[in-house]
Amino acid sequence: MKRRTLLAGAALGLGLTLAGTAMAQDRTKACFVYVGPIGDGGWTYQHHQGLLAVQEAFGDKVETTYQENVPEGADAERVLTQMALSGCDIIFTTSFGYMDATNAVAARFPDVKFEHATGYKREHPNVATYNARFYEGRAVMGTIAGRMTKSNKIGYIASFPIPEVIQGINASYIHARKVNPDVTISVVWAYTWFDPAKEADAAKALIEQGVDVILSHTDSTAPLAELAKTPGTIGFGQASDMAEYKPSPRVSSIIDNWAPYYIKRVQAVIDGTWEQTDAWEGIAGGEVEIGEITEAVPAEVKAEAEAMRDAIAAGTYHPFTGPLNKQDGTPWLAEGQTASDGDLLGMDFYVEGIEGDIPK
Amino acid sequence: MFILEKRPTPSRFWMAATPVLAVILTMIAGGVMFAILGKDPFEAVRTIFWDPLFDPQFSGYSRPQLLVKAGPLILIAVGLSLGFRAGIWNIGAEGQYIMGAIFGAAAGLAFYPSENRLIFPLMVAAGAFGGWVWAMIPAILRTRFRTNEILVSLLLVYVAQSLLASMALGALRSPDGGGFPGSRNLSQWATSANPELIAGTGMHWGVVAAFIAVIASYILLQRHILGFQIRLAGEAPRAARFAGVNPNRLVVLCMGVSGALAGLAGLFEVTGPAGQISIDFNSGYGFTAIIVAFLGRLNPIGILLAGLLMALTYIGGELAQFMLGLPSAAIQAFQGMLLFFLLAVDMLGNYRIRLGFGRAA
Repeated sequence: MKRRTLLAGAALGLGLTLAGTAMAQDRTKACFVYVGPIGDGGWTYQHHQGLLAVQEAFGDKVETTYQENVPEGADAERVLTQMALSGCDIIFTTSFGYMDATNAVAARFPDVKFEHATGYKREHPNVATYNARFYEGRAVMGTIAGRMTKSNKIGYIASFPIPEVIQGINASYIHARKVNPDVTISVVWAYTWFDPAKEADAAKALIEQGVDVILSHTDSTAPLAELAKTPGTIGFGQASDMAEYKPSPRVSSIIDNWAPYYIKRVQAVIDGTWEQTDAWEGIAGGEVEIGEITEAVPAEVKAEAEAMRDAIAAGTYHPFTGPLNKQDGTPWLAEGQTASDGDLLGMDFYVEGIEGDIPK
Repeated sequence: MFILEKRPTPSRFWMAATPVLAVILTMIAGGVMFAILGKDPFEAVRTIFWDPLFDPQFSGYSRPQLLVKAGPLILIAVGLSLGFRAGIWNIGAEGQYIMGAIFGAAAGLAFYPSENRLIFPLMVAAGAFGGWVWAMIPAILRTRFRTNEILVSLLLVYVAQSLLASMALGALRSPDGGGFPGSRNLSQWATSANPELIAGTGMHWGVVAAFIAVIASYILLQRHILGFQIRLAGEAPRAARFAGVNPNRLVVLCMGVSGALAGLAGLFEVTGPAGQISIDFNSGYGFTAIIVAFLGRLNPIGILLAGLLMALTYIGGELAQFMLGLPSAAIQAFQGMLLFFLLAVDMLGNYRIRLGFGRAA
């Protein structure tokens, strides 16, 4: 009697295990690693929106899971390994600092696909990278900033002096100067992606210097909250729309829209057509969106900004078009010449007219 | 209602039992929190404490990872505990950890791509030296100018962080990195790598160093006159002075040892699990080690166990996050509860609880 129960139990257990495996094979598991909390209102929030879009698009066919606040470094490697062990089919690692960890774990799990955001290392066939051309959005914001500033002083809260951030500073400045030759830009380096207190301090310091338009390349809404306290100053939503600060100080925004890319890549895993790629889409591909330009901006400025957005989307205008010189006066791009992707990905210099040095 | 009555001598039984009691209370209170969040409390607690050790799917990987995560915590905490026992408060181990990594990495990278076998020992020495130097600043300032070592060592953490960022972007930046921040990967360069010594155990040189530190500090405190002086200075400073203990010498010594051990932890981390100097290389080990030191009651064996327990809550917490979808804040709250309960039940060692009506004996 006892033995029979035991056997029945074992058989049931075996059956369940088999059923479990079968089910696991039916469902594709997509996993996400975030550097910040999903409630940051910016970078991580947008990636999480991408996860939700994947879940919505595939419903029961896909299982999604994520881990937030994962430090870059040794911890990332462990989190990625545990995810791979838990049966993830595709893992999106959504911060630059996960680069080496992603490649190291990918070497040990050749059957799992890895997608690393904003990196450049693809050491194994199962590692792809993806990024967005945020500088295209900066060109539009720079145009608005140049038109809107009354003090002719623009502030920029930068995170780390890496090419992606320097592209944004240069693109903002070039287009602000194009519509307002008197404009100057002050850059504050926060050395963080997400630290509301530090970001607020940076905004405060800029406002005290007489800056009345602030762009930021950090992840929280703190700079906008700071601007909201000072009448006559404006800023922009960064990474996310940050619509709660509409119509002012947030007059427009650059929105990272990862959903189309995530859906496309998960679909490729389901179809078995996934291949290593290096994606770098911009406004045209829908990865970079320009948030609503509010009524705080005069209609003609709005029209000008939208014309620039449409020209970039249509491919008729490149934000880095010559003649452009480097900060020290040496020529970079000749009249009509546009910057190559290689130049942009290794950008370590300011364009002519920006004061100050990039920290070394 | 309840009356607390001070025990004439601390209860040995409760000193040993309170950590266990704290863990049990944390499981109960944490379980309630998980239940409020809509998760099965038993499954959550099991995922945190049981699955990393025994789950067939994960344990093969996470059990060795326990040592990897606990190694630097134990190494730093052992050093700190010496000073804490003597009433010398080094709060800046995080900075010393960073400086150890920078000095060690720089010493190694200066010889890239040499294959000389002496480079790794040199890096180890440079790492210890870096941490030691950084700890000497608050130590000398205290002995010479009576500054407060808590403030100075803490503030030096932020200086070290800025130096770290500058190194990752400047002097130590990998020339092959295309302008991106971060040094060459030290764990991928055989000369400087600090790999797993026995495959599948997680044992690397940093873990070995942690075990050695635990044993050495145990012997020092139990069998050596210096250990006696440290304990005496902390428990009875005046008596220590009469007994001829030189307080300045003790400050320099305790700060130096804790700094050097933190520097070593940084060096072993940057050459092993972390792999490279990057802007966010430090992940709070120096601060967590303070908690580990107190969780282990400043006792070397206690610190060993506390470090492993802390590592378990980290690794199990990560598992619980993506297996059960718990927010990371809930895991942090859970870890906080552990410390809270530990401090709260600590009182049982020194006090007896009596039921009564205000008539103190």
